[in-house]
Amino acid sequence: MTSQTIPQEYLAILILIIFGILFGVVTLFVGRFFRLSRPYHEKLVAYESGNEPTEAPRMRFSVKFYLIAILFVVFDVEAIYLYPWAIVYDRLGLFALVEMMLFIGLLLVGYIYAWKKEILQWEK
Amino acid sequence: MMQVLILFIQILVLFAIVMLHVAYATYFERKIIGHMQVRMGPMRVGYHGLLQPIADGIKSFFKEDIIPEQADKAAFRAAPIICLVAMMTSLAVLPFAKGWVLADINIGLLFIFAMSSLASYGVILAGWASNSKFTFLGGMRSMAQVISYEIAMGLSLVGVMMLSGTLNLTEIVEAQGTSFTGMYIFPQILAFFVFCIAMLAETNRVPFDLPEAETELVSGYCTEYSGMRYAIFFMAEYIGMMVMAAIGTICFLGGWNGPFVIPFFPPFWLILKIYVFMFFFIWIRATLPRYRYDQLMELGWKLLIPLALANIVLTGIIKAFTS
Repeated sequence: MTSQTIPQEYLAILILIIFGILFGVVTLFVGRFFRLSRPYHEKLVAYESGNEPTEAPRMRFSVKFYLIAILFVVFDVEAIYLYPWAIVYDRLGLFALVEMMLFIGLLLVGYIYAWKKEILQWEK
Repeated sequence: MMQVLILFIQILVLFAIVMLHVAYATYFERKIIGHMQVRMGPMRVGYHGLLQPIADGIKSFFKEDIIPEQADKAAFRAAPIICLVAMMTSLAVLPFAKGWVLADINIGLLFIFAMSSLASYGVILAGWASNSKFTFLGGMRSMAQVISYEIAMGLSLVGVMMLSGTLNLTEIVEAQGTSFTGMYIFPQILAFFVFCIAMLAETNRVPFDLPEAETELVSGYCTEYSGMRYAIFFMAEYIGMMVMAAIGTICFLGGWNGPFVIPFFPPFWLILKIYVFMFFFIWIRATLPRYRYDQLMELGWKLLIPLALANIVLTGIIKAFTS
């Protein structure tokens, strides 16, 4: 691929992004002139099974979500490193296999640690 | 300039076709689930309810748009559009037939992953901005679920990349050849299994529709959304299903290649296979009950990720000793 064709290929993506945003915005904007609008307090209050909301909704939540996010970062980086490896696998031969075994082995240690620490388990 | 115009027309046509398919995918779904539950599904609007999706579209266009007082207005407005744009942009790299692709980029598969991750921003933003307990919990759950299963899905496709040696979707299809036995579903059956489950979780479908579990979270992250904004979330979800089905078809089922060539309309087999996947989605929805959240996370982390890793190692060993 030459340096000239790359931006052209991405042009379609750029146009599609602009088109998508325009579609969403224009549909909602045009709809504003057609749909009815009769707001009053009861309608605009956040839904909580018919009661007035009792406390601020942005409450504390389980730390598990945070741990999952950290694990995600670790494993997603792993996946990113695996992609280029997978693509040139044919050209590297046995060396690539051994190398990747070491890489996956190292990650497996962390994975087993997380498992033993019961990060992956939601209820004890 | 001419080229931009041509691209714009192509995008317009693609968009119109996809929207039509999205509209009728909802009809397809309601009809099939209806028949699976021994009822008729939509029957009133048009012959056997054929105009139902159009009526639904018009209805949601005219519905009142309610934005809660406590909501973060800007984020609340942006969230559905982020979802829609992220899902729609994935369409650009899908090859519908040889040469029938908007952007034939060499990182196609990676691009799709990037876009499906971006869509989860829309979901979590919707959950946060609505400022309601149900949407907040729905958004948190959705984020944790999507990022967990994204790893499994990303790893399951590494095997396909190893066999084809490319990330370009057109080249992946061509690497599988035109024959039935060349499909990657046979050497990569383990990866296909992981992919199918991760695909359901990524698109928030039953049995993994925890983010919008109506029995506990009302409607999850889109509880506070109404009218057209809700419809945009819905469109994004269905486009997401179609994109995932297309990825499954392209990576495992030989893309647009079929038993014989259809003249004048090469994408025929691809669309047929996508609809087989869609039927699978709906069939699962009519059959299985919902997972519990802790079971869902354990399935992803303790079964699918090790399986996907094992598949990579296995593929590596077999490839190293057969070549």
